[in-house]
Amino acid sequence: MSPPLSLRRLVALCRKESLQILRDPSSLLISVALPLVMLVIFGYGLNLDSSRIRVGLVMQDDGGDARGFASQLDGSPYLDVVIGSQIEMTRQLVDGKIRGMVVMASDFSHRGIGPGSEAPFQVITDGAEPNTANFVENYVEGAWRTWQRQRAADHGHASPQAIEVEARFWFNPSAKSRNYLIPGSITIIMTVIGALLTSLVVAREWERGTMEALLATPMRRSEFLLCKILPYYALGITSLLVCVGAAIFVLHVPFRGSLAALLLMGSAFLFSTLGMGLLISTLTRNQFNAAQAALNAAFMPALMLSGFIYELRSMPPFVQAVTRLIPARYFVTSMQALFQAGDVWSVLGSDLVRLTLAAVFFLGLTAQKTRRRLD
Amino acid sequence: MFRRILPLVIKELQMLLGDPGGRRLLIMPVVLQLLLFPAAATLEVKNNVLAVLNQDSGAASVELIQRFSLAQAFSKVLRVEGQAGLTAAIEGQEALLAVVFPPDFSRHLETGLNPSIQVILDGRRSNSGQIALGYVNHILETYQRERADAGTAPKPVPIAVRHWFNPNLTYHWFVLPSLVATITTASTLIVTSLSLAREREHGTFDQLLVSPLTPELIMIGKAIPAMLVGTVQGTIILLAGIFIYGVPFQGSAFLLYASMFFYLLALVGFGLFISSICATQQQAFLGVFCFMMPAVLLSGFSAPIENMPEWLQLITWADPLRHFIVIVKGVFLKDMGAMQVAEHTLPLLAIAAATITAAAISFRRRLA
Amino acid sequence: MGVAELSPAMASGAIAQLRNIQKTFGKGEKPALAELTADVFGGRITGLVGPDGAGKTTLIRLLAGLMAPSSGTITVDGSDPIADADRVRSIVGYMPQKFGLYEDLTVAENLDLYADLRNVTGQYRKETFHRLLQFTDLAQFTGRPAGKLSGGMKQKLGLACTLLGKPKVLLLDEASVGVDPISRRELWRMVQALVSEGMAVLWSTSYLDEAELCADVLLLNEGRLLFNGPPKELTDRVKDRCRLVRGIGGSRRQVLARALRLPEVLDGVIQGSNIRLLLRNAAREPSPADLNAGPEAQWTSGPPRFEDGFIDILGGGPGGHSVLAEHLPVVPHAGEVVIEARELTRKFGSFTAADHVHFQVRGGEIFGLLGPNGAGKSTTFKMMCGLLVPTSGLATVMGIDLKQSASEARQKIGYMAQKFSLYGSLTVGQNLQFFAGIYGLNGARKREAIEQMIAVFSFGPLIQTKADELPLGFKQRLALACAVMHEPPLLFLDEPTSGVDPVTRREFWTHINGAVEKGVTVMVTTHFMDEAEYCDRIGLVYRGKLIATGTPDALKKMAARPGLEEPTMEDAFIELVGRHPD
Repeated sequence: MSPPLSLRRLVALCRKESLQILRDPSSLLISVALPLVMLVIFGYGLNLDSSRIRVGLVMQDDGGDARGFASQLDGSPYLDVVIGSQIEMTRQLVDGKIRGMVVMASDFSHRGIGPGSEAPFQVITDGAEPNTANFVENYVEGAWRTWQRQRAADHGHASPQAIEVEARFWFNPSAKSRNYLIPGSITIIMTVIGALLTSLVVAREWERGTMEALLATPMRRSEFLLCKILPYYALGITSLLVCVGAAIFVLHVPFRGSLAALLLMGSAFLFSTLGMGLLISTLTRNQFNAAQAALNAAFMPALMLSGFIYELRSMPPFVQAVTRLIPARYFVTSMQALFQAGDVWSVLGSDLVRLTLAAVFFLGLTAQKTRRRLD
Repeated sequence: MFRRILPLVIKELQMLLGDPGGRRLLIMPVVLQLLLFPAAATLEVKNNVLAVLNQDSGAASVELIQRFSLAQAFSKVLRVEGQAGLTAAIEGQEALLAVVFPPDFSRHLETGLNPSIQVILDGRRSNSGQIALGYVNHILETYQRERADAGTAPKPVPIAVRHWFNPNLTYHWFVLPSLVATITTASTLIVTSLSLAREREHGTFDQLLVSPLTPELIMIGKAIPAMLVGTVQGTIILLAGIFIYGVPFQGSAFLLYASMFFYLLALVGFGLFISSICATQQQAFLGVFCFMMPAVLLSGFSAPIENMPEWLQLITWADPLRHFIVIVKGVFLKDMGAMQVAEHTLPLLAIAAATITAAAISFRRRLA
Repeated sequence: MGVAELSPAMASGAIAQLRNIQKTFGKGEKPALAELTADVFGGRITGLVGPDGAGKTTLIRLLAGLMAPSSGTITVDGSDPIADADRVRSIVGYMPQKFGLYEDLTVAENLDLYADLRNVTGQYRKETFHRLLQFTDLAQFTGRPAGKLSGGMKQKLGLACTLLGKPKVLLLDEASVGVDPISRRELWRMVQALVSEGMAVLWSTSYLDEAELCADVLLLNEGRLLFNGPPKELTDRVKDRCRLVRGIGGSRRQVLARALRLPEVLDGVIQGSNIRLLLRNAAREPSPADLNAGPEAQWTSGPPRFEDGFIDILGGGPGGHSVLAEHLPVVPHAGEVVIEARELTRKFGSFTAADHVHFQVRGGEIFGLLGPNGAGKSTTFKMMCGLLVPTSGLATVMGIDLKQSASEARQKIGYMAQKFSLYGSLTVGQNLQFFAGIYGLNGARKREAIEQMIAVFSFGPLIQTKADELPLGFKQRLALACAVMHEPPLLFLDEPTSGVDPVTRREFWTHINGAVEKGVTVMVTTHFMDEAEYCDRIGLVYRGKLIATGTPDALKKMAARPGLEEPTMEDAFIELVGRHPD
């Protein structure tokens, strides 16, 4: 059965839906205020670049070398050094107030740094924060290397031969995590907004009894579905543009792609996430359950499994397989590319195909589950 | 008094568990998240692709490439030709980073000069890039040390690092304790605030108000079931962490549960407050979401709190998750002592007191 | 039956035909409809009546094409509602029980939406809107959100939306539930005007006085068609079997209870200070002495009503004995004032919902609050039971202000809300346990109370059923059980029988009467005028003011005027409200 679509009915339904959106302060709250608040929280709250990590220093020796190395550590732009006793520092480490400590042996200056010997100090990190622990290790090691070379030069020794590494971050020369976390966050925000907007709309029609009256009119299934998508699509695109605008002009994240590509990718993604919300709403027909399902299906998976913070390739194969089912994953890479690299079609193209597939899947399933009858 | 609260609690639990859909919604997320998130939440770099542009024809670069390909971080070393090939590999996100050996790399190394290599990283994933760069540095260093061992040149002195509480920096050990806090949040909040809004919508709330129950008793009746749900979910995650994921539990279970009580109390306070200002389930849902999303993001779970700007760090003090995550991790991994646990529980107590008072006031005001 | 009376134009056939319809929902469940064959004709109103769960809504949904029959054929104007859904939906207007108005849209926007959905356009649309707005008297409210309309206006707007596109068949499912008598009459007039234009109307209702006015009636019971024909035919079956007992001395409630115990009496209700009885077929005439109704009692025969026929065909009323009341303890009272409203006023912004309402209710009395939708009776009621704080004035129950008082005062009241606010996802047993618990019953007392309720209301086989899945009548019983389990001396009932069928309503009042005889005081709001007749005194609320108080008979007397010498309760209601200056 493929009934012709009546433009008049469609327009009337869309107008009704839009009026409801405009009258309900909460939908505007969700689509404009919430994204901005979320963007601020993501933009400032989610920062993986440890600008200055607090590290404790336990000096059991106050010889010249020990003090020399201590000032080297203190001078590191990445470390914020506090000096204290081993007991005090241990307590702070347990408390999470410092993320690592350097314990200088009492014979630090004596031992010197003769060839082949072990370093006369120990680095202890807070393993409960593995990412930061890695950084502590790298930064202390860097400081140690620099100090060693300097000391060798000061004493006229030959410094050990070294391969110099010249690292360059493309697209993001200062390696700010913000620059890729914010485009990723916009994805999470849009997932949540899309699912939140639509997850309650069909359930609401059922709970308020308007569904039965609508079903008894000549309205076609396609018209009903479209009226549940188009206005929310417009709202979603608006919040996408608000987010991107705020990211560029307020948070100063560079944007290198084109508006056309952004709209194209954004549309494909929105259809998939709106579709997911509609499916939840259609299946549950009850707001209490729809709300819980949407929260569980949208926010946490998008946060954890989209590859926006956590590296997809590091996940075990079965988890990677699961991430392939999450549309947000593909929009994350598109957004990161659009923001930092530009219209890289080798990335965008395959993402576009997958997002479209996801949209077709969710909307198709919703259409299949939408009945014109009550039994 | 307890005699009148008990029926409220039983009713709430019967409603939660009596409906198969509702039961699924309490258990499924916990199971799925337990299954997926510990594996997913990792900032480690594994199985990535390293691109290599080798303009050198000597043995040293070949040896190094060999060593790169053996590292766990890189499952594949992709040989690219020319600058164009390198650009394509990085732009198309085929490789996380690329190493470029200049034409005279091996020769410089032989002649005792300090040769340089170039590493190009994908700035779209700069955190992973930095970690991968750390691995590359390690490999280079080991290589140099081994070369120096064979010869007479001065050798670099390695540093000794010990990772306390988590010697191998296993990400599971970090994630699972945090999940005890994050996963329980959603259900606890929803059970408190949405169920109250539902009573309002269905008219049963009036029925409670005309009964001898006082508003305070009704609030307690909503709080206890939510806290029970939170405790059960938390225990499931705790047990799964210890017995399935093998994270060693170092501290005192008593301390953990004592602080969990106050954590859940603080959450319930927020839930009650949200429900006291909402008339419908939709509003309550929005309220829960508006609280929960920042609470999870600012808890220190996704990114360290010390990296946040000062003003934001101040806000995180009102976040019960932030305090509880420190406690769970502390007790779980670090055998945190009673005094320290108490120190972090105190803010929870303050949050609970503030939110519950606010809820009670706005509850009473709405009834007037 | 009815076919003989058809005009030639209509004799050509029914617009909707149902042949051998069977509808079953779950496997192994009792069919919702069985072997149903019926016709709905154009140009007249066909009433659809029956107890709860009889299959009325299912029948209407089948005709609207919203459900498919398990077997049998349906045609609506020659088309199958399922196979030819598009055509049928364009010629059928369906107004569900809870009509889906968009409450956040205005009256005009709701109309626009349904006009577009039904393809009503151009000049014709303008004319239709104009006609419908006039017709429904909504012209001045077009800019008002539908949610802000009163219950009666909402129903009228719902009807207007359904009527767009001039359906050939109009299906109305309980269109008048929860609507006051004035709006109910208006609705009825509107529908009648449509019928004269040739439309076929199927009107499902639990108000049997409405059914009495229909051309034909379909009476369903447990999915089967018990009667199909003009209502008069059914009424005629009980001709000469109606009796009125006037001039009763002593408690009319006790007299009714005694009357219902007589083997000859099939049914009986209280009508003000009188009692109306229905005798069994070919029964011996009972003597007034059997009733012990006092020396003044007179026994006259009365006109039969459709309701009598309805009760007769369903095998009689529930009897006059309340097992519930038997278990209730006697509440001693000396006719002192137990409920009092003193200059009770409540304002919402600039709107005064209740304006210096003043009344007293004495122990052992039934006091009814009546009034049109939105007149302020709910507001008053809510203030009385402490759910709403008065802006000024005082509401006291047993001398205590409920709002201020501790829980002991609330322990003394039982409350039953309009929508039978039960916990839908809890079972019958769990609901009883819960309400017993919050009223502080425990141990043996709790067990006994619950067992009693199960016995009194025959919940036995339903104890594991969720409250949501109960038929409406049982929901109402359960709500009553939960309200009286702790044996309160005071009962607050807010539209306690809204939408329930006449048989269940009688049973409910048997319990209430029994309880009142034990000394319980009752305060009730209702839209059913036959329920108002049970009250000892009535307060009529209009525009926030108490415009009349008195016994049902006193109100009727007040309303009487030349041309309306013997008003019914409904007449009195409409007359008194109409007389009030705007």
